[in-house]
Amino acid sequence: MKAINSWGRLSHDDHLVLTLQDRTKVGTLIQEINPLKGIAHGMGRSYGDVSLNPNNPLWLTTSLDHFISFDEITGRLTCEAGVLLKDIQQYFIPRGWALPVTPGTQMVTVGGAIANDVHGKNHHLVGSFGDHVTRIELVRTTGEQIECGPQQNREWFLSTIGGLGLTGVISSAELQLRPIASPWLDTESIPYSNLTEFFHLSDSSEKDWEYTVSWVDCMSDSGRGIFMRANHSSSNKVSPPKKQSKRIPLVPPFSLVNSLTLRPFNLAYYTLNKLNAGKNLVHYEPFFYPLDKLLEWNRIYGPKGFFQYQSVVPRAVGQDASNAMLREIKKAGEGSFLAVLKTFGSRKSLGMLSFPEPGVTLALDFPNHGARTHKLFERLDAIVKEAKGRIYPAKDARMPRELFEAGYPKLNEFLQYRDPGISSSLSRRLMGS
Amino acid sequence: MNNQKRIAIIGATSAIAEQCARLWIKQDVTHLILIGRSRERVEVVAKDLLVRNPKVNVEIREANFLDPEAIVKTVSELFIKGPIDIALIAHGSLPDQSECQEDLTLCKETLDLNGVSPVLYAEAFAQHMSNLNQGTIAIIGSVAGDRGRKSNYVYGAAKGLINRYAQGLQHRFAGSKVQVTLIKPGPTATPMTAKMKGKFATAEEVASTITQGINQKKSVIYAPGKWWLIMMVIRHLPRFIFNKLNI
Repeated sequence: MKAINSWGRLSHDDHLVLTLQDRTKVGTLIQEINPLKGIAHGMGRSYGDVSLNPNNPLWLTTSLDHFISFDEITGRLTCEAGVLLKDIQQYFIPRGWALPVTPGTQMVTVGGAIANDVHGKNHHLVGSFGDHVTRIELVRTTGEQIECGPQQNREWFLSTIGGLGLTGVISSAELQLRPIASPWLDTESIPYSNLTEFFHLSDSSEKDWEYTVSWVDCMSDSGRGIFMRANHSSSNKVSPPKKQSKRIPLVPPFSLVNSLTLRPFNLAYYTLNKLNAGKNLVHYEPFFYPLDKLLEWNRIYGPKGFFQYQSVVPRAVGQDASNAMLREIKKAGEGSFLAVLKTFGSRKSLGMLSFPEPGVTLALDFPNHGARTHKLFERLDAIVKEAKGRIYPAKDARMPRELFEAGYPKLNEFLQYRDPGISSSLSRRLMGS
Repeated sequence: MNNQKRIAIIGATSAIAEQCARLWIKQDVTHLILIGRSRERVEVVAKDLLVRNPKVNVEIREANFLDPEAIVKTVSELFIKGPIDIALIAHGSLPDQSECQEDLTLCKETLDLNGVSPVLYAEAFAQHMSNLNQGTIAIIGSVAGDRGRKSNYVYGAAKGLINRYAQGLQHRFAGSKVQVTLIKPGPTATPMTAKMKGKFATAEEVASTITQGINQKKSVIYAPGKWWLIMMVIRHLPRFIFNKLNI
């Protein structure tokens, strides 16, 4: 037994850790634990309990880290499920190919990216991770091995993308990479002073800018923030920046994100970015993965850990709902360093349980203050529910089951594809088993 | 002219060895010969390296780890095409200590695979490298070989055998152009240790210390480096204190 936590560091329960080492033997290993039920676990970058299973088996996928083949002409990459997005970027960007979709950290596995159908700053143009998966090898505890893709065994494909690891263990996958001219991006950052301006900027940028995202100052009255947009650059003149990463060396006794630090931090962040606003040429790593430079940054929230709250609400009510949520947060005296506001495109997600849907997504982090934090979440839930929105399971550790059911209308269809030998804390909490 | 570095890796599917290979193929154009007990598993490693760097030359060999004659044959065949610049001897297994105490067959297998077998491989390489007066033999021992502890002394004894052996081999090749490097990784996060408690160095970090140390022609590499200090203290603790420790 070994104590395992996820990125939110909310729990440190013991797990029976079993390493998947050989992709041809995944089936044997995951069947051995019967009648116990397990769940696949990669880098543990999901925030809540989607990849936790206390006192029960956890199938560690990080040793399934082999590339299998790459076609230099078509850009199709086949790899094992434990390969990190970092390795894909690092090996293929110099060769002119990149991941078409990447989340805010590259320290996640391909399997995790598929199972949570992660999205990036270019969702409005290219959709989510699952849109670029061309094949999945799924291994089930029933002994079945299912190869699925957009055309082949499509129902298994649609249930496994965003399927939270519950349809089987993904042993390998084929991805379509995209050609790029250089590792650089032409970026522009623009301060905005309220959400009306944000939506205007966002709407007017969607056509000409591949990447759009914004940081919102949730301590401000107006909802000001910094809007960032970028396109891949063709410039190849500059040498890449030196890699320097720092580590948060210990878990401080209390959260460093608190009512004393938030206001000055947000003010400083806004002011500095406002001063530095304008156009820049930025390397892909600091652009896509600003937090990867600060190793174990999740420690700053102290021993009790933190929650992420990411919702998406339809565009029509997006501005009102976002404003209402920011007001509730302010009223509760809570707040967030990493408040991110972004519009999703009109493209429908493939996965039955995929999170992205057309509308506006707001992601917030909150230090765990127990009941006080949960009270705030209840008020945010009410806003999301009224707006007919949904919450992102990959980040969730607490949403009520009825909100999950309301947010994911294809849940019943999905349940037919669950693997009977797979269960997680999240599946027991939100699906009853 | 062929200025490719030829590197042979015994136990190429071990997590540390594989990470070393991934680092080596990032450097100059390299010729790697991967040797393991299961052809299929070595093939997975080889294909991965070829995707990472299509310019690299990768050969694979299936080999016996325990039969002395087979070992001599495997190593001799490697030298037919030319000298080997680096031989990394990396195979091993980490069994549960209490099981070794109860099951003497497992105990013997542990001693053979982690101690005798690497020594036989090193000796086979030493013969060829001695004749050519060139090459590096890098053997993966362990900090567990520095002082016997109740939690893993059977494995530790096998690794301790490697310690003494490498010391002797270094003595033999002193003044020659054959380099012998003993590598002592601390606990490393590998499939071998996935069930163990504690936070370990990653195989990638350990491999980076190893490949740098081999480049610098170090005699002993602790990986990560801090284990030199830790083991210095542990080796010198008086027995009456050491025996009270639960390590």
